[in-house]
Amino acid sequence: MKRLVPLMLCTVLAACGQQGPQNTGVYMLLDTSGTYREELDKAEQIIRYTLSRLGETDTFAVARIDTGSFSEKDIVAKASFDDRPSAVNRQKRAFAQRVADFVESANSSPYTDISGGILQAVEYLNEKGTGNKTILIFSDLKEDLEAGYVREFELDLDGFRVIALNVTKLRSDNIDPREYLGRLESWQGKVEKAGGEWSVINDLDGLDGLL
Amino acid sequence: MAFMLGITPWPVASALLWIILIVSALYLARATAHKAIQAMARAFHRGFRTASKAVARSQENLAARNRDVLLAAGREAKERVIEREFDRINDTVRKDLGNHAGLHRSLDESIKRIEDDHQQSVNVPPDPPGWVKAVEAIAKIDEREGRFGVSNILSDIHKSLVKAHKEAMTAYLSASKQRHLLLKGMRPDWRAIQKTLLQVGKNVDSLLARSVTIDRLMQEYEDIVRGQDRAVSVLSSSSLVNFFVSALVLTVAIGGAAINFSLIARPMAEMVGGTSLIGGYRTADIAALVIIMVEISMGLFLMESLRITRLFPVIGALPDKVRVRMAVITFTILLLLASVEAGLAYMREVLLHDELATSALLRGDAAATATNEYLWITTAAQMGMGFILPFALTFVAIPLETFVHSLRTVVGMIGISLLRFTSLLLRLLGNASLHIGTLLEQLYDLPLFVPLWLEQRMGHDGNGKGRRAYTGEARS
Repeated sequence: MKRLVPLMLCTVLAACGQQGPQNTGVYMLLDTSGTYREELDKAEQIIRYTLSRLGETDTFAVARIDTGSFSEKDIVAKASFDDRPSAVNRQKRAFAQRVADFVESANSSPYTDISGGILQAVEYLNEKGTGNKTILIFSDLKEDLEAGYVREFELDLDGFRVIALNVTKLRSDNIDPREYLGRLESWQGKVEKAGGEWSVINDLDGLDGLL
Repeated sequence: MAFMLGITPWPVASALLWIILIVSALYLARATAHKAIQAMARAFHRGFRTASKAVARSQENLAARNRDVLLAAGREAKERVIEREFDRINDTVRKDLGNHAGLHRSLDESIKRIEDDHQQSVNVPPDPPGWVKAVEAIAKIDEREGRFGVSNILSDIHKSLVKAHKEAMTAYLSASKQRHLLLKGMRPDWRAIQKTLLQVGKNVDSLLARSVTIDRLMQEYEDIVRGQDRAVSVLSSSSLVNFFVSALVLTVAIGGAAINFSLIARPMAEMVGGTSLIGGYRTADIAALVIIMVEISMGLFLMESLRITRLFPVIGALPDKVRVRMAVITFTILLLLASVEAGLAYMREVLLHDELATSALLRGDAAATATNEYLWITTAAQMGMGFILPFALTFVAIPLETFVHSLRTVVGMIGISLLRFTSLLLRLLGNASLHIGTLLEQLYDLPLFVPLWLEQRMGHDGNGKGRRAYTGEARS
């Protein structure tokens, strides 16, 4: 009996102990360069789908990819959801509205800094400390840096899932598909080398495995 | 093996040699081996028998214990029933016969009124005019003596007399009418007396019926106290019935509790957060469960305070004043919790609607966000359920008490059956071990059939011992 009480206490305390965060953090990068800006309507659908899949204490941020994407200024909308369901619903509605406003008024950017956007996403999600970290890249994955921008650095994507969405084929890809395949291969290598998981979803009707 | 077959240059000869050696050795050791096998078999037999007896004794003890428990439970239950029956009689006597004095007075008054009315209604004939004879006498004198002046006087007197007679008749008729009215007024009193006497008769009949019930209950109680087998059999049977019925009702109650849980678990996330965990379970779920458990506990205490159940003797033994106070407090807490649940059920509906609207908005389905005009029906139904279920769960105390009491007996019965089966099994094993010993002897003798046959043929001791040994009869 003397041993039983401390054992029960230990069991209860162990059961009550924190098991680490189980929430999800999603950072979505939107390519607004050139003609890809026209694809933003599809991006809005994906954002709404993502919002419907996220719940209490999850984190979601949407940022645009422009000339220099390693900046908080490029974040279009962000939210760390409350743990009360009613507050979460309000946050989701406000988030969806901000994204809709952005899609209506977004301008094309001359350059495409995907690497800077990924770095910003990594910093943001690491700061939030979510249990699961996912970076969605809504882009054709054609990086086009302005002169002077240095993006030759090592990323640390350990514990991150990186999903490329709607990777459209460019005109040049149609002429030489190796460019398209090479682009995908290059990004996959870059992500996996950094310790992350890489996947591509081009069929936007099949987003079930997104989160 | 190669070594064994290599003791002679011919393997067959080697094998035969080995067989002869082994059979000889077995034959020489036969008596000792049989004794060892028998000893082992008897040891197993005794061991199993002893274990079987021990288990049978445990089973008897358990049966006796179960019988005592059953009788004690039956006695207690019967005492409660008899006590309640006496309470009812007490109530009847206090309520219906307690005002016997008033009833008696009412009857007396009614009878007195009837007597008075009867007295007053006696028909009194009018007094005959006493002086008529005197007038006649004077009239006769008048005629004899030739005094005609008197005639006029008498005529006047006659007129006055007729008039007085008429007045008397009128008064008489009026008095008669009054008497008839009095007699008519006596009818309600008669009816009241009849009704009162009818009620008294019913009360007495009810008391007589209850006394018959009490006689029957007392007879059963005496049977239980005497520990008669019939009483035990009846109690066992009713205990099993109670067990299954209460288990069924408890299952229904668990279903009710589950619905109650689903009503309040979701909105509870608004109060304690939707993501925090305790021991791997959502805090909101645990909080909802705790509320339901508290409601059930309050229900138990309420039932105990009202002396409907007797799970906690301490509560039953409290002074009446404290007990009533406790009942009021537990009922108030239940009422508050039921109100909280109704509020949470309303909140659930609001949250659900909000979530559906958000989902529809995210899907871009504007039509789905339209407000349903009949939404208030489901909202009201959920609130009603949230308010009623805590009170409904209060009554769980009754089947729970029955379940707990009958469970003791049922577990005892299952234990007795298991012990009885174990005892039988051990007994069978004990007997089987003896037969196995015999079988092992026969199997031992099987390779020795040649020397045993020779022994039988030779009959070396002349007493048939060899034959007995061959057939295994020497064992006994």
